[in-house]
Amino acid sequence: MKKLINAPEHVVAEALEGMAFAHADLIRVNRDPDFIARADAPVRGKVALVSGGGSGHEPMHGGFVGRGMLDAACPGAVFTSPTPDQMLEATKAVDGGVGVLHIVKNYTGDVLNFEMAADLAREEGIDVHAVVIDDDVAVKDSLYTAGRRGVGATVLAEKICGGMAEAGAPVDHVVDLCRAVNGAARSMGLALTPCTVPHAGKPSFDLAEDEMEFGIGIHGEPGRRRMKLEPADRIAEMLMEPILEDLPFRRGDDILLFVNGMGGTPLIELYVVYRAAEAIAAKHGLAVSCRLVGSYMTSLDMAGVSITALRLDDTMRKGWDAPVITPALRWGG
Amino acid sequence: MARDATALALWLRHANAMFANEQAALNALDAAIGDGDHGANLARGFAKVVTKLDEATQATPAALFKLAGMTLIGTVGGASGPLYGTFFLEAAKAAGDAATLDDAALAACLRAGLAGVRARGKAEPGDKTMVDALIPAIAVLDGGGSLAKAAEAARDGAEATKPIVARKGRASYLGERAIGHVDPGATSSAMLLACLAEAS
Repeated sequence: MKKLINAPEHVVAEALEGMAFAHADLIRVNRDPDFIARADAPVRGKVALVSGGGSGHEPMHGGFVGRGMLDAACPGAVFTSPTPDQMLEATKAVDGGVGVLHIVKNYTGDVLNFEMAADLAREEGIDVHAVVIDDDVAVKDSLYTAGRRGVGATVLAEKICGGMAEAGAPVDHVVDLCRAVNGAARSMGLALTPCTVPHAGKPSFDLAEDEMEFGIGIHGEPGRRRMKLEPADRIAEMLMEPILEDLPFRRGDDILLFVNGMGGTPLIELYVVYRAAEAIAAKHGLAVSCRLVGSYMTSLDMAGVSITALRLDDTMRKGWDAPVITPALRWGG
Repeated sequence: MARDATALALWLRHANAMFANEQAALNALDAAIGDGDHGANLARGFAKVVTKLDEATQATPAALFKLAGMTLIGTVGGASGPLYGTFFLEAAKAAGDAATLDDAALAACLRAGLAGVRARGKAEPGDKTMVDALIPAIAVLDGGGSLAKAAEAARDGAEATKPIVARKGRASYLGERAIGHVDPGATSSAMLLACLAEAS
């Protein structure tokens, strides 16, 4: 294992301290319990958005804290859900008095910990709502699994709902919008290499030089299927087809297309995939009006890519285009 | 046999030693069908429990269980944090204000803990989870069996998760690829009960 770390047990804390130095104008970092809050929190009269999850997916979620996106993010240990005490303190710290939305990725640990935190926050009189994101089409049958995983749609929901909350939308609207984004978004990912969790010290699975792992999540867990490596255009097809079939997306739909790197794939390759993905969308008669390309939801050093498509409506487009000023996403304003 | 809080604290101290020693083995089980950190997370949680036990003596079994539950919820993370935390919090409620727990009262605590885990995680028997170790163990106690026999049943229950597909938790995403691997949560539950048998 070759990593730029001091000791595996200090990675999360030291990264938080680094973020606090690097983005002091946008965020403040609370320690013990650990959470990142926007510098001007709480914003009175604004619906607050809180998310969180295991570390190792940077910039998600801490990099999305700031004006127009999240009010707070709770980082857990690497690939491990944060704990209810973190979520409770973060919720209290950013509550602007008009409701708090927890955006939760559908993993058993995240869901259980956020449920406990929401129970505790409600006991303290805070109006807490939760939306669980589950957009991963790689998981087929939710009757026999913990259900579809929350992946790329999380980033989109945080941006779109954050934009509308900043513009003054009431809590019920923000909650409905978050559910709508989740309901209209689908994602699929694959890995070219495994990732190495610092405290594990070795790769999370073995993959031969000419193989790829199809249908992965974001925690270095093995995917649905292992197969021979294909060219980027073919990979884009293999990811796009199940996404487009699943919703289903229909000719004439207006979509947001998000090509996400898993952490170890250079941007130049992501653009090669994006080129193919937008062409496939056009072939299906879909109009791409919003786009995001880059590594925004990663699995440490994993090489790989995921694609997310979201069928847009006017509110979603407005939320997406709204100004955002966070460490990882900035536009408008 | 009546156990006070000090006697029961020995259980948690044994568990701390067990998870410290078995950390790598549990991580390896988890790496096969999950993300490889189950041992590290439990070792961190139980180490913190023991730190707190050293700071202050707990007056009753309920206080001891509550301390363990809250500490695990706050330090373990993942799914196992709230699940093991809930196990001990529900056990604390069942213990009431008793100063000591006899065999029947301890069994009632474990039964309440299991019920809490099932309510929180919504797992059914055969879903390949910690419930598969806890259910047969509690059944042995319900039938009047000893803690040692219950711990054996838990170990057998954990072993029996090997040939089945997971329907809860991260391993469920693997479908048939989870077959042939023992569930790490069932294994750690069996270890926890082995520690209880050893401490009693």
